[in-house]
Amino acid sequence: MGEFKVHRVRFFDYMPSAIRAMAFNSHTERLALVRADGALEIFNFADHYFQEKVIPGQDGRAVEALCWVGQRLFSAGLNGEITEYDLENLRPRYTVEAYGGPIWTIGSNKQGTLLMVGCEDGTVKMFEILKERIQFQRNLERQKGRIVSLSWHPSGTLIAAGMMDMIRIFNAETGKEMQHDPESREVVVWSVAFLSDYTIISGDSAGKVQIWDGLTGTLVRTHLVTKWDVLCLSVSQDESSLIAGTSEGTVVQFQFISSTVDQQEEEWVRTRTFKNHSHDVRALAHTETAVVSGGMDTQLVVRPLLDKVEKNTQESAMRKIALPHRSLVCCAKKAGLLLFQFPDHLEVWRVGESDGHGEENTHTHTHTHTHTHYAYSALSPCGEWLAYSTVSSVRLYRLQYNNISITKVGCSTLTLLPLFSVSVIVHTALFINTIKCMSELALFFSSSYFQLDKLSIVAIETTVTIYGSVCLQLHCTVPIYSSCPTAIAIHPTTSHLVVVHADQQIFEYSLVQKEYTEWSRKLQKQGLHSLWLERDTPVTHVTFSLKNPAHIILHDMFMFCIIDQSLPLPESKTLLYNQMTLRSLPEQERIRHSHAFKICKNFKHVMCVSLLEDHSLVVVERPLLDMMSQLPAPVRQKKFAT
Amino acid sequence: MVEHGDIRVVHRGGSKINFRKPVITNDSRFLLCASGESVKVFSTSTEECIHDLRGHTDLVTGVLIKPSNHLQAFSCSADGTVRLWDFTDGILIKTYVIGYPIFSIHASPHHEGVIFVVTPMQGDKRSGELFQLVAVHLPQSGDQLVEARELSAVLTGISSNPAATVFGRGGEYIASANGLQLEVYFFKKQKAYRFSLKEDNKKGGKNTFTCVACHPNDDCIATGHEDGKIRLWRNFNHKKEYTYSTLHWHHSAVSSLSFTPEGTNLLSGGIESVLVQWRYNQENQRDFLPRLGAAITHIAVSPDGALYCTSHSDNSKELTSVIESKPLFLTLLFRPRAGESVGTDLMIDPRSKSLVLNGKPGHLQFYSLQRDKLLYNLDIVQQEYIHESGLQQFEVVKAAFDASGNWLATVEERKQKGAELELNLKLWAFDEQTQSFVLNTTISAPHEAQITGMCFSHATDSQTTMLVSTSKDGHFKAWQLAAQSQTDGPSWSCDFVGAYHGLVPECCSFSADGSLLAVSFQEVVTVWSPASWELLTTLSQPPKAIRNLCFGRLSCSKYLLGTTDSNLLCCWNLLTCSLEWSTSMDVSLLLADPLSENMAAFCCQAGCTDLFVFKPSEPRPLFSQKAVCSGMVTRAVFAPREEMLESCEESSQWLNRSQLYFLTQYMVNNTNRSAVKEKKSAVSKRLVIDDSVAMTPFYLLLGKHRQQQQGGDDPQSGVSAERTPLPQGSVAIKELLQTPAHVLPSTSFLCSMFVQSLLISVTDSREESKHAEEEMESEKEEEDSEEEIESSRTRPEQQAAVGGGEAAESAAPAMTKAQVRELRRVKKLDHSWLAGLLDS
Repeated sequence: MGEFKVHRVRFFDYMPSAIRAMAFNSHTERLALVRADGALEIFNFADHYFQEKVIPGQDGRAVEALCWVGQRLFSAGLNGEITEYDLENLRPRYTVEAYGGPIWTIGSNKQGTLLMVGCEDGTVKMFEILKERIQFQRNLERQKGRIVSLSWHPSGTLIAAGMMDMIRIFNAETGKEMQHDPESREVVVWSVAFLSDYTIISGDSAGKVQIWDGLTGTLVRTHLVTKWDVLCLSVSQDESSLIAGTSEGTVVQFQFISSTVDQQEEEWVRTRTFKNHSHDVRALAHTETAVVSGGMDTQLVVRPLLDKVEKNTQESAMRKIALPHRSLVCCAKKAGLLLFQFPDHLEVWRVGESDGHGEENTHTHTHTHTHTHYAYSALSPCGEWLAYSTVSSVRLYRLQYNNISITKVGCSTLTLLPLFSVSVIVHTALFINTIKCMSELALFFSSSYFQLDKLSIVAIETTVTIYGSVCLQLHCTVPIYSSCPTAIAIHPTTSHLVVVHADQQIFEYSLVQKEYTEWSRKLQKQGLHSLWLERDTPVTHVTFSLKNPAHIILHDMFMFCIIDQSLPLPESKTLLYNQMTLRSLPEQERIRHSHAFKICKNFKHVMCVSLLEDHSLVVVERPLLDMMSQLPAPVRQKKFAT
Repeated sequence: MVEHGDIRVVHRGGSKINFRKPVITNDSRFLLCASGESVKVFSTSTEECIHDLRGHTDLVTGVLIKPSNHLQAFSCSADGTVRLWDFTDGILIKTYVIGYPIFSIHASPHHEGVIFVVTPMQGDKRSGELFQLVAVHLPQSGDQLVEARELSAVLTGISSNPAATVFGRGGEYIASANGLQLEVYFFKKQKAYRFSLKEDNKKGGKNTFTCVACHPNDDCIATGHEDGKIRLWRNFNHKKEYTYSTLHWHHSAVSSLSFTPEGTNLLSGGIESVLVQWRYNQENQRDFLPRLGAAITHIAVSPDGALYCTSHSDNSKELTSVIESKPLFLTLLFRPRAGESVGTDLMIDPRSKSLVLNGKPGHLQFYSLQRDKLLYNLDIVQQEYIHESGLQQFEVVKAAFDASGNWLATVEERKQKGAELELNLKLWAFDEQTQSFVLNTTISAPHEAQITGMCFSHATDSQTTMLVSTSKDGHFKAWQLAAQSQTDGPSWSCDFVGAYHGLVPECCSFSADGSLLAVSFQEVVTVWSPASWELLTTLSQPPKAIRNLCFGRLSCSKYLLGTTDSNLLCCWNLLTCSLEWSTSMDVSLLLADPLSENMAAFCCQAGCTDLFVFKPSEPRPLFSQKAVCSGMVTRAVFAPREEMLESCEESSQWLNRSQLYFLTQYMVNNTNRSAVKEKKSAVSKRLVIDDSVAMTPFYLLLGKHRQQQQGGDDPQSGVSAERTPLPQGSVAIKELLQTPAHVLPSTSFLCSMFVQSLLISVTDSREESKHAEEEMESEKEEEDSEEEIESSRTRPEQQAAVGGGEAAESAAPAMTKAQVRELRRVKKLDHSWLAGLLDS
């Protein structure tokens, strides 16, 4: 694949924010996750844990709790509002003020008819879930302290509420307080779980996981899990396993098992301890096969339970999702500019000239949009145009570099249609076409090299649709594939559309013939190499080489790959040589073993790989260690022998 | 015909009592430990050794209280037998012959009449790595010697480590760990479940199992691992849905785990020498009992839960009362530093006449030879010892007493990789008030390199005490006590630094009167006058370096003896400054008896050590014995007797005033799996003179096989089963009187035997009475038991000759009948001869 001059960019100090809450919907196998900056992310666990939707946050909207009701997602935060999200248009649908001060917790009954929130002023407020909105129903008896945690008994009649120093049990129908379980000293009951056998399990700031009899209000067992706080609890669907997240960064599993082999009597026994976090574990989800945890160290960890999955399969591998599954970097190939998208501002950098000893990169522009966070952003290849979208609008700017300035271009037409799109703006010609998209992931693309120049692509979940860009007429729809597309690009000369999916499949679609290309069919017939399919990070970016049209450049978090369509595909049974091992082979061997997938693993934690016009490669890395070092010091850290 | 057979090597102590897990009896009164070839019964309240259950002919590999009768105990041994003992009275009840070497024994009260033993896999004798757990049905029989042939294998491919196999709740299942696999076998379902761990995880932990314990009431198996983790396994009756929780406190391998009888606590121990008590189900609550002295190897809990017993790698046992939570007592049994080259010589404290050698790390132990008991440990290093493997810490490498016992000099050193050698010379004065040694002077870095030798001037009458140390830095230094200031009292300082042509001094020795100092510089011996520090003369015997240097004593004080690396023993006459005589022998150790002219030389040849005792004035040895013991003798000492013996025997006169103690260490085999061959314990032996009785009859017949001995055997076991009439009256009477009544056979049987024994030899009894007059009772007993050793000693060898397949006991009759007759003839002849000698 030749040699490249590489611009290794490590100054993009992107920092994801801490994970605050999580909710797992076992029917759709989707995990909703909310971060400290209010951004909501939806992960599709059925589709290779792909992050399929992102709703950017907003300043001053700290979400404290999440709750699925069927397919609907509700959140509540310390601003005292309950929000329902529009997961189709990727924006909050509406917010309802609860009038009870900051809301600490939210929950719904199993039937999905009622929503309850625990408020700062000590009230538990019930909301009726209607088709289009929610409506306040009533307050439960007001308590003295704030309601920190809530759990509904599966039958829907009882509610356990964790407060300062005590747990209260309410009757959900009459609203009467029934009994309470006093705690001994100043503790916060961070989390409660009400099981169907009327057992209440609580996790508190004294580091204890306590098991109570919910009918009599007596303490059954106390498990001292940590010296610090137990922040969250999660119970598996069949109520045989329980996990507790602590501020030490550990997740402790409890299992409901019989103490002796032949007896039926079962009890909660502490079993495994998982230590995958360096900081507080703030959010937990117990799926059928895995423990999902997230916290202050911003990583989402999916730890499969080995007794529930087949050993040594892809399913049994632990996953750590540290970087977003989308590109936050845009490269203007002609101008040699890089656009970095931060949650609350954009930065444009110029790639410097190298003398072989390092290079000087200059920061040119910073742009900050008030209050709302960025969803997508793009830079035209000439570097003159910058476009971005937020939850509510799309803006286009013209950049001038000689007397550094940024001008807002009329975007009245653009703001008409709220959208989520990535725009790649080609040349000076600007084509932003907005589609009233029902989409989660909408990629918007236009190319003037190609006679179908006014063209846009919209990917709605698993469907990729091509629209003509001027009058929004439908050009074609790419055949539907079961897995989400993670990266899409149109080849500038051959006008082939390249789609990479979350299950690592690659398709090439000819927009002229409106069918899969010969190469794509060959690839599907032969199948991809198993090592390629076993990678656990999705391909986030596809680009092309201007010099060699047969080259497709794509990358994921741990490698970048140049696919040479002229070379034979790797046999599925042979070893998949990467470039490093190929180089160590003698000349004849190397030719014999060379194949279409030229994989380079020299770079780690890659956020963008792009080929500039002068045939030099820009690699933007974000080392995890740098990210870890920017985290605040952990509240509590376990020291050796304590 | 009287040879040197009257001088015998007696095993004095120091065998490992930490080889296997000790057992506390149900009433918590006794502690049973496997120790070498015997089982020792200690009292938990007085720490005295009450009984020594002897009878096994090979290493005892397990002790167990009989589940159905808590007053009896099983012991198993590598000799292929399981013996049942009455441990309160110390008698053997039954011997079950299994026929295969046994490595550990297990039993449960729910398996009546069955014991489980671990034996090597059948068929392939050479593969010492594979073991199986075999259920043995104990036949109901009145005989003493029972063959148990009803064997059925339960588990195969298990570990020979007894801690790795354990019975679960109510004997329903048995858990066994080997390597990275845990196997649980359910007896009812006859189904085994196996759970494997990965070799090591990413964080570098080693998951190898080291020990297993089962909860008494719950189905919970605790396993200890190499990386210090403890896993609690539950739900192990499922192939896949098993689960475990991990506890981690130990930083090194967990060597022992034990649940308390009620199951409320889990005890664990390891090299950290901290006993950790985990609350069951509340594992965050831990209690610690730190500073137990040495790495914990086994933990035993008394059945009432009131006592914990920990055995340690330094061969000590510690009992902890749970209620008081402090150690009740500490039995430290003669702990020589096995397998380490560093270490002090054996010394005799001139005051207490106790044996002094390395004790706990950084300590010297004072060990009373008369009472066979540790007196105390003297802390030399006075630094905290860190219990972690691989750390280099200060060790006492040299120690010396002056003649009166007023001064003790010690050298401690620490050599770290890439660091300077740290050396300290400490001088301790004996304090009359506290009756112990008090640190007087510390000289840090007395030399620039390791100290090779150190000795005090032996002159008892001289006013000044002098210490000479030689070092690898090419100097020897003389240290003298000098009264410096009135406030501090006298302290030690360097008096003279000597060197000789830049050569490295090796040994130094003062003459008996302290007027001469001999220092060997490689092949040259220099003789100095300590008064004027003048080099008087040099003696040299090329080509090899001097190994040992020793002045003669008393009448032979004009002689200087030296041994060289070229297998030469030289004797110089200092009056003529010439070589008096020399002989070629490979002497590994040469030492002089301070109370006589005698010198002892140990020669190491072909894996065995020969002992020669001679006077420097006469080239003919007074005494020589081939193959005193196997392995090399590294340390030896003459200990003065409390009262002198009057012996006319020429060859044994040299032992009239003192006894010779020496230390051996044999490391036959380092493979940890085959425990039979493994006798790592350093064993100390004593040469005891037995004046009156000449060569024992058994020795006459079988004495040529005197190759290896450690410890004695039980006089009653094995042979007693075969021997119909007891040949010697004294033994019969003794047995009659000492055996508890309830285990004795019927009176009619006894009566005839008793009378018969009286009838057999009148001369015997007469001889015996004289015998008793002349020597202490204890030594006679030793002699008796020693007799039996010889007989039983040979049996394994015979067996080996036959093919090893046969049981040891079945081989025994092969040597009886004709041989016994011959034996008796010899004995009669022998004794009559002796009687005649005595009468004359």
